[in-house]
Amino acid sequence: MAISIEDVEHVAVLARLALSDEEKETYRKQLSDVLEHAKTISETDTSGVLPTGHAVPLVNVFREDEERPSLTADEAYANAPWAEPGGFKVPKII
Amino acid sequence: MDLHYIGAVDLARMIAAREVSAAEVTDALLSRIDAVEPAVKAFITTTPDEARETAKAVDDRIGAGEQSGPFAGVPIAIKDVLSTRGLRTTCGSKMLENYVPVYDATAVERVRSAGTVMLGKANMDEFAMGSSTENSYFGPTANPWDLDRVPGGSSGGSAAAVAAGEAPWALGSDTGGSIRQPASLCGIVGLKPTYGRVSRYGLVAFASSLDQVGPMARNVADCAALLGLIAGHDPCDSTSIEAGVPDYSKALQGDVKGMRVGVVKELSSEGISPGVLESFKAAVDKLQAAGLECDEVSLPSFSNGLSAYYLIAPAEASSNLARFDGVRYGYRPEGEFADIWEMYDRVRSEGFGKEVKRRIMLGTYALSAGYFDQYYGQAQKVRTLIVQDYGRAWDRFDVLVSPTSPSTAFKLGEKMDDPLTMYLSDICTIPVNLAGIPGMSVPCGLSDGLPVGFQIMGPPLSEEKLLTVAGALEREVGFEPRPPEGPLTGGKGGGA
Repeated sequence: MAISIEDVEHVAVLARLALSDEEKETYRKQLSDVLEHAKTISETDTSGVLPTGHAVPLVNVFREDEERPSLTADEAYANAPWAEPGGFKVPKII
Repeated sequence: MDLHYIGAVDLARMIAAREVSAAEVTDALLSRIDAVEPAVKAFITTTPDEARETAKAVDDRIGAGEQSGPFAGVPIAIKDVLSTRGLRTTCGSKMLENYVPVYDATAVERVRSAGTVMLGKANMDEFAMGSSTENSYFGPTANPWDLDRVPGGSSGGSAAAVAAGEAPWALGSDTGGSIRQPASLCGIVGLKPTYGRVSRYGLVAFASSLDQVGPMARNVADCAALLGLIAGHDPCDSTSIEAGVPDYSKALQGDVKGMRVGVVKELSSEGISPGVLESFKAAVDKLQAAGLECDEVSLPSFSNGLSAYYLIAPAEASSNLARFDGVRYGYRPEGEFADIWEMYDRVRSEGFGKEVKRRIMLGTYALSAGYFDQYYGQAQKVRTLIVQDYGRAWDRFDVLVSPTSPSTAFKLGEKMDDPLTMYLSDICTIPVNLAGIPGMSVPCGLSDGLPVGFQIMGPPLSEEKLLTVAGALEREVGFEPRPPEGPLTGGKGGGA
């Protein structure tokens, strides 16, 4: 299935990616190729088949809510490209 | 005898018996790395100082007659997707070029506490997305068997390091074949455990319902031993399985007579190169001669495996990689931003490489309004059909087999401009991840001088059966994972 440049632009906004015109065209063609290959999936009869999200059947896994050591604030900020004691810094949001 | 081509189990025994010191072993491996890295480029980061210190500490403990871990002094390479405390973990990405984890992945913690000596972090496709290691921000790794060819991927650095004698064994990760396919292309042994057998804590997430950490080594015994070190429940990974860990090493001596082996028709006919098929079929004949009962089986849903995977994995990836926003960790460009949206756009567009962006785009599309049922939802139902096909096969067979990769190692650059062709490299390995079962690749011979891998698959938690068959195959085939020495050292370090 062929997808349009508008589709690519819409998806790029959702994914927070800024693409050049060249990248948009490349991805338009390549994503169309992959989706074309995936066409057999849409054509497969799956009536009555339940989806598998996870290969191992799991119910909720619980543990006791006990206090235990965790990262210090300094460790939590250690990898931030822009932080000061007490918080991560970001450009203005509002 | 060259220390750098001795296996991990043998090295552990030699060090414990004081036939050789841990420092001598580590020095030998570091020299080997110096000699072959200019050609192979298997590592993103090497840690020679830390390695020498760890080795010395092992020797001190042994000298003092103190108890040390079961693999004290045995060197290891770690794929750069696993978090290492205090040591940068890049995931092959510009996004994490300077990221230094504040904790160890559980698998890393377990190999450390066994006494192993970490030599460094192995190269990989960015965020484990790829089949050739060419998608690494730090440049490609070469296949030790032919330096003009890819080592496979995404654990290509781990596979190449082990094949070139830079480490006796390594940790990799496998989401759609990323341990088994590079093991196949580099002529080594690699095992993707049952989903949940090994903790994913500290493994940088790609597709969470498919990712598994696993062992890579030059022989089946080492592969079994490394699996034994990392397997087991971990409270830090709620999807890890609460099941006891058997002594995997014992499985190698298991009796293979009468074991039922199903040759998967869909993975061993169309689309497989003639040289690979020939080597694979010869190996099946050898298993048959060794007393295993081999028969063909058809699993029709497998023809949809690749398509289902390339919708499910990118969908999960697009969600997992949303965390890279330039706030808490990772790349952030220089300069001012008009607002936070501009920052997000620039962080992600500049920090991610082509293939990662392609998969984020594909996954976001497959999950977007209007297409969800048609693509992601339908792929999840096809996943069920694949699980059911396997389930029926286990009534008739102990294990299933196929070639690991449809071809031997391909040329660097050959498939980079055609993603779909690259994705087809994973066609034989993907069904295993979709079903969450264990799968393994064992070398079964050479085709035109390049290694061919033999894939063994089994029901959930049947790693012992896989190892039993792999052990038999190793004995029957007698493959020696030793690439030609000359080109590796390029005349330096005693090469031909």
